[in-house]
Amino acid sequence: MTTPMTSYAPARDAEGRPTPIAGRKPMIQCRGVQKYYGDYHALRGIDLTIHEAEFFSLLGPSGCGKTTLLRTIAGFEDISSGVVLIDGKDMAGVPANARPTNMVFQSYAIFPHLTVADNVAFGLRRDPRSRAEKAAAVDEALGMVGLKGYGARAAHALSGGQRQRVALARALILKPKVLLLDEPLSALDRKMREQMQVELIKLQRQVGITFVLVTHDQEEALVMSDRIAVMFEGNIAQLATAEELYTRPASRRVADFIGVMNFMPARILGETATGVTVEAPGFGQVEIPAANVSHADPGDPAPSIGFRPEAVTLLAATAPATDRVTEGIIDEVVYYGDMSYYDVILDSPDTFGGQPHEIRISMRNVFGRELPDLGTRVRVGWSPGSLILFR
Amino acid sequence: MASASGSESAQGLRIVAPPFIYALLMLAVPLLTIVAFSFFKDGYQTIIREFTFENYRAVWADPIFRTLMLRSLLVAGMVTVVTVALAFPVAYFLSFVVRPDHKSLWLFLITIPFWTSYLIRVFLWKVILGHNGVINSGLKSLGLIDQPLTFLLYNTGSIITTLAHAYAPFAILPIYVALEKIDRSLLEAGRDLGESRLMTFWRVTLPLAMPGVLAAVLIVFIPTIGDYVTPTIIGGGKIPMVANLIQAQMLDIDNKPLGSAIAVTAMLIVTVLALVFLFLNRRFLRMR
Repeated sequence: MTTPMTSYAPARDAEGRPTPIAGRKPMIQCRGVQKYYGDYHALRGIDLTIHEAEFFSLLGPSGCGKTTLLRTIAGFEDISSGVVLIDGKDMAGVPANARPTNMVFQSYAIFPHLTVADNVAFGLRRDPRSRAEKAAAVDEALGMVGLKGYGARAAHALSGGQRQRVALARALILKPKVLLLDEPLSALDRKMREQMQVELIKLQRQVGITFVLVTHDQEEALVMSDRIAVMFEGNIAQLATAEELYTRPASRRVADFIGVMNFMPARILGETATGVTVEAPGFGQVEIPAANVSHADPGDPAPSIGFRPEAVTLLAATAPATDRVTEGIIDEVVYYGDMSYYDVILDSPDTFGGQPHEIRISMRNVFGRELPDLGTRVRVGWSPGSLILFR
Repeated sequence: MASASGSESAQGLRIVAPPFIYALLMLAVPLLTIVAFSFFKDGYQTIIREFTFENYRAVWADPIFRTLMLRSLLVAGMVTVVTVALAFPVAYFLSFVVRPDHKSLWLFLITIPFWTSYLIRVFLWKVILGHNGVINSGLKSLGLIDQPLTFLLYNTGSIITTLAHAYAPFAILPIYVALEKIDRSLLEAGRDLGESRLMTFWRVTLPLAMPGVLAAVLIVFIPTIGDYVTPTIIGGGKIPMVANLIQAQMLDIDNKPLGSAIAVTAMLIVTVLALVFLFLNRRFLRMR
């Protein structure tokens, strides 16, 4: 008797409702994981816990160590020091073929000499089930990824998206505790990628397996993940939910990497228990709430304030002038269909070097309303709660 | 447009014309001459230009031809097995173990035997294996033997040893190329899906290397069937192969029509075997 894959969902309670991620048992634990390639320090002490049935992403620019970390979890790389536990078991000395993990490779690694069905059944060789039961399992796995009836096809005759689905089916049929995905969507075109993002999330919720995704695409990580670890130079810069990363970045570098962020030089005037008072061009004196205070970069420790394009509002030039409104001229309009970006040059007197300061504002488009022309004078409204201080 | 493409194809023809004419004169004409001869009658020291199947009947009825043809196939088969079996680990080492920046040096080293002519290399094997050769005098000076070993030279084993050595680079290179083409993530996928290194080799590496192995088989097997130098020198004339028979008919006995018929028959047998190999190769290639 085998459990149908669709009912394997440890992330659900007895009534089938999802359970909070924070309360689930840890599935992957990394403690002080370091990795050297010769002199190159690829992982500089990684500490993280990934929960059961969580969709977790490792996000960072190329060379940040995210793929190395994934490969150490998979068992393809030995770690120089530290501990990796999977489902509570120390993985030291456990080879890749003995770990409860499976991987979807960036190249998909579909065996070109086998059919689709033989690819999916590759890991079932030592499965004690009968040939017919295995064939049924292969059919079920193919059906789950939307490739029902593709079993007899030659692997080389598949498109990129189909290859990826085969790679998914081939891994999921083994019911691993952890599915590792190494930039699985980077080779697909945009439309296909967005479709696969949604399908992957649905699939992950359905099978209840811990997914660990490596990506350099911040949008992909935000859309798909329960939690995200942002990595720079072998360190985790911030480990948080997508919303936390976006609204409360731990450092200016994280803020810059996730989405669009406007930065303006600032001068710190004073500090109280409730917040920090700063002065910034166009914004005058403003008190930033203590919760919105983050870190500047070690390399550039000058304080700055930052805000997201949607955190400020574009107003007509005739809007009432208050101390929370600044003025400027539209320099560029970038039309995206549902919304537009407006680059606005602020014409406030700049006390920090004399350069006119340009900010990017996003606004939803309203059907039938004309976009403002370049050079239009506008006002920009803001509130202290949407500003972040980096110092 | 038509004239432009016409001049383009004319230009293409001009480019291929010299090698084409050369191939026609040096390969097709002699080949057709041999085929034509095989259907002529033999008069003493002359050729009677009358069409006949008599030569082919004589070839197939000749027990010597059958023996030598079978021996040639057997020797070529064993040379192929030995060569490919020894070449595979070398190619594997070259592809998987040698550092990428050292690979061209290793390939260069493998071609060093070609710096000497084939004939010289065959003679050197005689020097190594001979009565007063390197092995015998070495063993004697070590006091391991009193009398020279006689089983080293003038037998099928020594022919196989010599040919396997001569054709090793031809087998190593196609296998190496096939191994180089294997995406390394496929091997990681094999491990990731629960297989040991050995089983991953068996289920992934070897099937994907098969086109190279089959190419190596073809490249070694076909020329060794018709090898003339090694059975003559290393076999000492005691173990003639089909090429020696053709030489005897053509020159010693001076029956050119019969010699031609033997040559054409041997060629047809090789062609059939080569087509079987190609068919196998196509089947493996189709899966890519």
